[in-house]
Amino acid sequence: MDGLSFDLIALQLFAGLALGAIYVLFAIGLSLIFGMLTVVNFAHGAFYMVGAYVGVYILMLGGNFWICLFAVPLAVGLLGLVVERFLIRPLYGRGIDYPLLLTFGLSYVMVELVRIAFGKTGIPFDTPDILQGAVNIGVGYFPLYRLFVIGAAAVVLLALWLFLEKTSFGLVIRAGARDPQIVRVLGVNVAQVWLIVFGIGTAIAGFAGLLAAPLQGVIPEMGGTILAEAFVVTVVGGMGSIGGAVLAGLLVGVVVSMTSLFAPEMGKVSIFALMAIVLIVRPQGFFGRAGLMS
Amino acid sequence: MTKGTTRLGSISRRRLLTTVGAGAVLAASPFRINLAQAQEATIKIGFPVPLTGPYGTEAQDQVRAAQLAIAQFNDGGGLKGRKAELLVRDDKLNPGEAATRTLELVENDKVNFVVGSLSAAVQLAINNVTKERGIIFNSISQSDAINQVPDFSKYTFHEALNPHMTAGAVGRYAFPKFGKKVAFLTADYAYGHEMVRGFLEAGKAFGIENVGDIRHPLGTTDFSTLLPRIQALKPDILCISNFGRDQQIALKQATDFGVKKTTQIIAPLLSHASRVAAGPQAFEGVIGGCSFYWGLEDKFASTKAFNAAFSKMYDGKMPTDYGALGYGGVRTVLAAVKNADSVDTDKVIAALEALKYDFYKGPQYYRKCDHQSVQSVLVIKSKSKDMKNASDVFEIIATDEPNEANLRSCEELGHKA
Repeated sequence: MDGLSFDLIALQLFAGLALGAIYVLFAIGLSLIFGMLTVVNFAHGAFYMVGAYVGVYILMLGGNFWICLFAVPLAVGLLGLVVERFLIRPLYGRGIDYPLLLTFGLSYVMVELVRIAFGKTGIPFDTPDILQGAVNIGVGYFPLYRLFVIGAAAVVLLALWLFLEKTSFGLVIRAGARDPQIVRVLGVNVAQVWLIVFGIGTAIAGFAGLLAAPLQGVIPEMGGTILAEAFVVTVVGGMGSIGGAVLAGLLVGVVVSMTSLFAPEMGKVSIFALMAIVLIVRPQGFFGRAGLMS
Repeated sequence: MTKGTTRLGSISRRRLLTTVGAGAVLAASPFRINLAQAQEATIKIGFPVPLTGPYGTEAQDQVRAAQLAIAQFNDGGGLKGRKAELLVRDDKLNPGEAATRTLELVENDKVNFVVGSLSAAVQLAINNVTKERGIIFNSISQSDAINQVPDFSKYTFHEALNPHMTAGAVGRYAFPKFGKKVAFLTADYAYGHEMVRGFLEAGKAFGIENVGDIRHPLGTTDFSTLLPRIQALKPDILCISNFGRDQQIALKQATDFGVKKTTQIIAPLLSHASRVAAGPQAFEGVIGGCSFYWGLEDKFASTKAFNAAFSKMYDGKMPTDYGALGYGGVRTVLAAVKNADSVDTDKVIAALEALKYDFYKGPQYYRKCDHQSVQSVLVIKSKSKDMKNASDVFEIIATDEPNEANLRSCEELGHKA
């Protein structure tokens, strides 16, 4: 391959990190819900898709992208609260496969409802005007909107970290994840804590879907592909570990990007090859707690 | 004693079963004869297309327009009162799935003909089934291989364009205008490979230089890791040979990366449905080919009639390129049925071979040796302003008139002259 300059490799690395940021944003909600609730949320992709469609709907009503940034996580989070309260809550304490199957079925229902409401064909979603175009980042041109997505992902991560580590409610959440029985004995309403965690996780999924809409357009099946990739990220990072999800998401992005540079047709396979290697060397993932699934 | 009773009991049970079974057969037989008559009464056309998956948008258009051809045939009295029926199946863009669905259509539903497919690879799987069972298959998606000897059979017809014709038309238009350094972004399967070959063959006459062919898996949702590499190649022209949602996303992200500032993007096929789904921004300035655009109505009465009938049936919507293929694929088969005055396979094949038709896009006919429909190829450019309505998305900037010289010769394809 000719034309393999330092700039190109640097730009490729950066593209990988940017892609990784999207993976992180999507996987973080999945990881949060699993880590705290031990619910493997197969409907996470559907919440992501709903986020994009709520954005479409707000734009149809005459709103703009900036309103969407706040309204979408709120709306999808509320939907998440309803789902947790009425569908998932009755299944706690019945083993990990019950909520897994429930959310798997729920994802089909959600996709089908969106197909009925908005049609099966894709809907255009233009990049907001002021975020259009590419800017020079020193080693080459990179789309402004992707830089914005990286920033947004960083803000969400920071907010989530501050919330979990620095607030008393965050302390309760972490304690509840460690030992729900003791926390309950201490007089904390654990059910309410889980409700809120599920709401936050789905709100982030919806937010990620909105951010993805200008990158790839909106279609009812958009949650499918990314769900598979997000599971790879959570497995590599360690199921339930937020730090692991961040590290693994960025790593997956870089691995895809670097593979694409030398063997573009292998880009998609490289994700799963990475997962296989990590599972062989370190079955619990980077920061996973062993035995969480059992 | 006990043994005896058991045997006796078992015999009487068997007798009972036999009686009941015979009775059931007797009772069912008149009904079954009726059923057989009913099956003969309708002309069944199997229609496997990828309703779900990255090409779903286009596939739904194929179904809509095919239903129009069926409705017109039935409204016109059918074949001496025998009506036609479309049996739509989802092949999920998967060759195995398509082969299974086609086999079911042939074996269980007893279809008379098969029309459909929307993938260079999937149509070959369908064709394998139909040619083995001696059923006519009219393919409505692009493929070069289907014209060639190993895959072709006398039952195989190809209403769609093929990559050689399409890439040829677009290449002959673009290469002299935009420059010699050409890069490719290609979906890594038969369709993409055949398109690239078509471009390279057409490019020989213009001395183009292939600076790189980047291949991506079918169903890619992020091209951000491929685009910096392409930009580093500094091409004059970037040929993006993919389809459906892949094309929408690739064009959208190429626009974001600023590829259009330095490079002319061309595509062998620009899909109308994809352009509508992705919006004007992503497709702005992109040049590509297509088999049909409703704007042809200024030129052909047949297009005007097709547009009017389609928009009447579907709330004022205009037909798309792949929709038109669904219409053409079904309508030609039914026209041949009428001309042959029969659904007999050999008679219909002869009628299709003899057909000179103008059903929706000007004159067409099936070439004898490979049953490829000889037809025009349109070179179109995506519009982003002065659009009169939601369907006003392309302008026709050049036309390759129907000409066998633009096809590979029968000998090249392995057919005996």
